[in-house]
Amino acid sequence: MSVLVPVCSVLLALVAGAAFLSLTGRDPWFLYGEMFRGAFGTRYGLTETVVKAIPLMIAGLGVGLAFRMKLWNIGGEGQLFMGACAATWVALTFAGQPAWVLLPAMFAAAAVGGGLWGLLPAIPRAYLGVNEIITTLMLNYVAILWVDYLVYGPWRDPAGFNFPLTARFTPGAVLPTLGDTRIHAGLLVGFTLALVLYLVLYRTRWGYEIRVIGDSPGAARYAGMRIGRNVLLVMLCSGAICGLAGMIEVSGVAHRLQPGFSPGYGYTAIIIAWLARLNPIAVVVVAFLFGGLLVGGFIVQISGVPATVVAMLQGLILFFVLAGEVVLKYRVYRVRHTGMGVEQA
Amino acid sequence: MGDEYLVEMRRVSKRFPGVLANDRVDLTVRAGEIHVLLGENGSGKSTLMSILAGLYRPDEGEIYIGGRRVYLRSPRDAIRAGIGMVHQHFRLVDTFTVARNVVLGDPRVPFFLSRRRIERDIAGLSRQYKLRVDSRARVWQLSVGERQRVEILKVLYRGCRVLVLDEPTAVLTPQEARELFHNLREMAANGRAVVVITHKLPEVMEIADRVTVLRRGRAVATLERGTFNQRDLAWLMVGRDVVFQIDKPPASRGEIVLEIKDLSVLRDSGRPGLQGLSLDVRAGEILGVAGVAGNGQRELAEAVTGLRPVQAGAVLLAGRDITNVGVRGVIEQGVGYIPEDRLGTGLVPGLGVVDNLILKDYRRPGFHRGPFLNRRRCREQAAALVDRFDVRHSGLDTPVKLLSGGNLQRLLLAREISGALRLIVAVYPIRGLDVGATEAVHRMLLEQRAGGRAILLISEDLDEIFKLSDRIAVLYEGRVTGLLPAGETNPEEVGLLMMGGPAKGAGV
Repeated sequence: MSVLVPVCSVLLALVAGAAFLSLTGRDPWFLYGEMFRGAFGTRYGLTETVVKAIPLMIAGLGVGLAFRMKLWNIGGEGQLFMGACAATWVALTFAGQPAWVLLPAMFAAAAVGGGLWGLLPAIPRAYLGVNEIITTLMLNYVAILWVDYLVYGPWRDPAGFNFPLTARFTPGAVLPTLGDTRIHAGLLVGFTLALVLYLVLYRTRWGYEIRVIGDSPGAARYAGMRIGRNVLLVMLCSGAICGLAGMIEVSGVAHRLQPGFSPGYGYTAIIIAWLARLNPIAVVVVAFLFGGLLVGGFIVQISGVPATVVAMLQGLILFFVLAGEVVLKYRVYRVRHTGMGVEQA
Repeated sequence: MGDEYLVEMRRVSKRFPGVLANDRVDLTVRAGEIHVLLGENGSGKSTLMSILAGLYRPDEGEIYIGGRRVYLRSPRDAIRAGIGMVHQHFRLVDTFTVARNVVLGDPRVPFFLSRRRIERDIAGLSRQYKLRVDSRARVWQLSVGERQRVEILKVLYRGCRVLVLDEPTAVLTPQEARELFHNLREMAANGRAVVVITHKLPEVMEIADRVTVLRRGRAVATLERGTFNQRDLAWLMVGRDVVFQIDKPPASRGEIVLEIKDLSVLRDSGRPGLQGLSLDVRAGEILGVAGVAGNGQRELAEAVTGLRPVQAGAVLLAGRDITNVGVRGVIEQGVGYIPEDRLGTGLVPGLGVVDNLILKDYRRPGFHRGPFLNRRRCREQAAALVDRFDVRHSGLDTPVKLLSGGNLQRLLLAREISGALRLIVAVYPIRGLDVGATEAVHRMLLEQRAGGRAILLISEDLDEIFKLSDRIAVLYEGRVTGLLPAGETNPEEVGLLMMGGPAKGAGV
């Protein structure tokens, strides 16, 4: 069942998407074929898919950790921006330093930046019960606008012809790549994180507490677990991981901070975490799928299809995943119309 | 045919995912009779009556009311066909008056309702059936017994000829239960049909004109008054012989283990829950706490186990002060706690058997190496406990929410009484359990008593209290109004104290 629902959801989303595409007068199966070939069929496509999968994977692991405790961290995007921002500060301030100094410092700064951004809404949640869905979501806009301000203002590259970009990172602040491809070391970070999170969740006392609290806060209280402290800790870690995703994106791909460096990775991560049913290892697999979906979307743009088709497909997939849960829990069937409530036998 | 019966259900089946709740059940009810539907928990009684009340639709089968075939697609259809149900958990709006609750959802009530006329009608009805309740009071001010009367008035006000009550005595004192039975008898005499769902045999003997026994979703027998006795019914209900008496060796009372002094605790609402309560429990003794639900039982259990802050007074365990030391502190002092809400407080529904059994041990040395859980140790212990307590499961990692009620309670007891304990706090330990599981739970508690542990048993079931307790404390409005040796009192006296009446010859 745990595999069936996600797979069916994806298939149903493709069918529903196909119906929509046919209505707009396009051949859906041809387009899907193009998307698939574009994302997985060529060397360029495949590396691009991997590049896109990296931030999705890491952010998916981040928000998925919070979801485990039923903390609805919708703020992955904001935490990703704050992580990128903190890492950029390190890269710009200590420009020219060697990689063995800069990269660890950037990782640490990103974790702190994203972590604090995740901790901020966790405090009112832990002590006052303030709904974290709304606060984390709203903090996204603050983070995105904050980065805009920096890039349009104090951090703008003087030699950048007035474009809203920071200066290019010095080589010490750039993640190494695999051969001559664009695939960078962030991939290893993603794999390692997935493995670590899996071990933490299923093998450690802390992970056990997270699973208990997520499943039944009442039982956790009864067992003497400290729920408030865990809310803070989990949101801190969730934010920190999303922050790493941001740092890895600017250091591995853009090599500078710029507005819109993330096309909503933090939001797509939410879908990925659910589709993977919050299993860290499955997040890795699903992230590649969604990376492919993004790349496939760019490819079909050439044939005149708006890339927003991809956003639509993502939405449909989430819709069907959630619907799938309902179908699993309830039996849905049609009842014959029986006329009046009371009638003569 | 069909003239003779007011209600006739023929070959009614209802399937839920994984269970056949009703399997081709036939049920007939005559006007003027009290018909008892008897069965263990999970035998399909409530499902069958929910079908009759229009809450569920049957997968198969036919329903006739007064000889006419009916299709009940909603509770509204059922009410129109003259069927009214009083649920076990009342469906009243707490902030509304009695009168408003009674007319709520009644389509005959005009848009602008005349409060005076409705109140007069209701007062008339309650006089006629001796259902004492003030129609202008708000529901939150009423006792549980009064709320039940409001529910019954609601059904009568709609002119229902068939009255269904789901376990109506579960929340009542013996006196209140007797009054209810008297009222039901009156209604039957007026030509109504009354269906009472229960799993208590003495009630069947007391009120049933006819009884239909359900077992595992099937109607196994329908018997007329005078043709059955308790033993037959128990056999039909369970499908095997049941031991009614448990051997209880005399108590070997030891040292005082739990001592509660002038304890005051608040409810969730901020109002006083316990007001200067004092109690003690000795080693090798079961102290039964009786009382109508909502008189401080929950607050007492939670204050002792550290879940609820204590406002004033002290809780001592073997002489050591454990007031407000928190849940962990209490657990470490050797207190086991079987909470009221098994699945959701006592157990973690989505986790497996192993993960549930280490819920309190996972912090103890031996169960972890640094931050890592010692998985082998956890599994070995779980396998041993499951074996010893006979928990039937389909794998140590399957979510426990898939286990049956009896197995859940065995699992919970396995964890809570297996440690080196001084005190066990058990709240409603047999609620919702069938006869077999009840027997098992009681035997385990008596074993713990024989092992020299102190047991604080909080229960709403007087049969259980009398069966197990050495002494009985009666809780009324957050105070102990009577403390009696179990051998020197009777359910009548305890019932009176539960309603705030004076004690006769009490004081231990």
